[in-house]
Amino acid sequence: MNKSRTMNVSKQLDILNNGIFSNGKLPLFKEKLKEVNIPDIKKVQLKILQLNIGYMCNQTCSHCHVDAGPNRKEMMSLKVLNRCLSLMIENKIETVDITGGAPEMHPNFKWFVKRIREKTKVDEIIVRSNLTIILANKKFFDLPNFFADNRIHIISSLPFYNREKTDNQRGKGVFDKSILALKELNKVGYGKANSNLKLDLVYNPSGAFLPPDQESLETKFKEKLYNDFKIEFNNLFTITNLPISRFLDYLIASDNYEEYMETLVSRFNPNATKELMCKNTISISWEGYIYDCDFNQMLDLKINSKNNTVFNCKIEGLVDKKIEISQHCYGCTAGAGSSCQGTIA
Amino acid sequence: MKNEYYNSEDLKKFTNITDWNKELGDKFFNYYESVFAEGKLSSREKSLIALAVSHVVQCPYCIDAYTKDGLEKGVEKEEMMEAVHVGAAIKSGAVLVHGVQMMNRYNKLSM
Ligand code: SF4
Ligand code: SF4
Repeated sequence: MNKSRTMNVSKQLDILNNGIFSNGKLPLFKEKLKEVNIPDIKKVQLKILQLNIGYMCNQTCSHCHVDAGPNRKEMMSLKVLNRCLSLMIENKIETVDITGGAPEMHPNFKWFVKRIREKTKVDEIIVRSNLTIILANKKFFDLPNFFADNRIHIISSLPFYNREKTDNQRGKGVFDKSILALKELNKVGYGKANSNLKLDLVYNPSGAFLPPDQESLETKFKEKLYNDFKIEFNNLFTITNLPISRFLDYLIASDNYEEYMETLVSRFNPNATKELMCKNTISISWEGYIYDCDFNQMLDLKINSKNNTVFNCKIEGLVDKKIEISQHCYGCTAGAGSSCQGTIA
Repeated sequence: MKNEYYNSEDLKKFTNITDWNKELGDKFFNYYESVFAEGKLSSREKSLIALAVSHVVQCPYCIDAYTKDGLEKGVEKEEMMEAVHVGAAIKSGAVLVHGVQMMNRYNKLSM
């Protein structure tokens, strides 16, 4: 089976646009912005190119907003990969953020990373690695060295510093494998205080609640992972679960949707709107469509332009364009705010 | 019959108590906010104390609120249950320590 188990995009948007958001119970995101006098959210100078190079993954996590898994076959073609390289050459891009699925499973992953290093001036290459992929098959065993040789910045999910919560969210055995993978990364120099090989971890709540304070949780993660396993890492990012895809399924099936949305709305933090990641990022799908962020990509809300593919879009022309918003955006503005790089307020 | 007691929706209306007495209501909520702010005790510690007390005073609203608050503060379920046992121990201790009163009374009245 190659199909997603999650409800389709129009059903998701229907839920997010209607019900509690159309019967007066909760304000639409755009109404909330107006209420606190925040003008439309617009694009600024582009800094980050986020590429989702395919939905195949060796895991099937319960919160996965991509609905990724071993049976997903969607994959960025060489034509789109090459066009993305040209975008990096033609524009001033500081950071390329490669995600998936498990991006390492893409057959051209290594070629692509090396090309970015050889052909472009991109300074930072982030790979969102799920860690377990490093141990999934012999052909991936050399990934830590490959990452180090190409100065990749690794960002990896680890829902908690204990086995139970991690395995509940990411699957049985994932915690132990993640720990082994982290040790391998530490071995080649990742996450060490005196090294320039950056290894950051991502926490996201294992349920329908907001993440704890990022700084205190980082201290706790560092203490626990070092004391229990001698593992070191750089920063912990806390990320709020957005009400889309598999997590939206969960919210509805567990009868938590309404309360969760009420929590997001009641914790709306106007300050978080200043640093929303969609302002300086574009997210490119495996097919080459352009979105304001990875979440919009999952909801198929393309950028606000007729030229919305890597083949016809002028990136510099995106500045000042209105960002496509919907009620899932409340996830980025609740409490301390949330982005792919952790809190923003 | 519709249950009119302890409706979870009512928790959201808590601040409505200011409608009928703004001055005292506002004072209470300001006080409440100050109590739970980070102080000599961390807000995480305060959350666990609140969870234990919620059980002792058997307030379902507070139990819901401080279980969620605990999750948002990274409190683990084992820590939550330990806190509930602290509350239970104090409460049962308070019952049992009255046994001394009973013994005193018994002994006084008996030959
Ligand atoms: S590892 Fe990441 S991409 Fe794969 S299923 Fe889990 S959350 Fe989704
Ligand atoms: S989901 Fe977040 S990042 Fe994406 S458009 Fe909405 S506010 Fe921006």
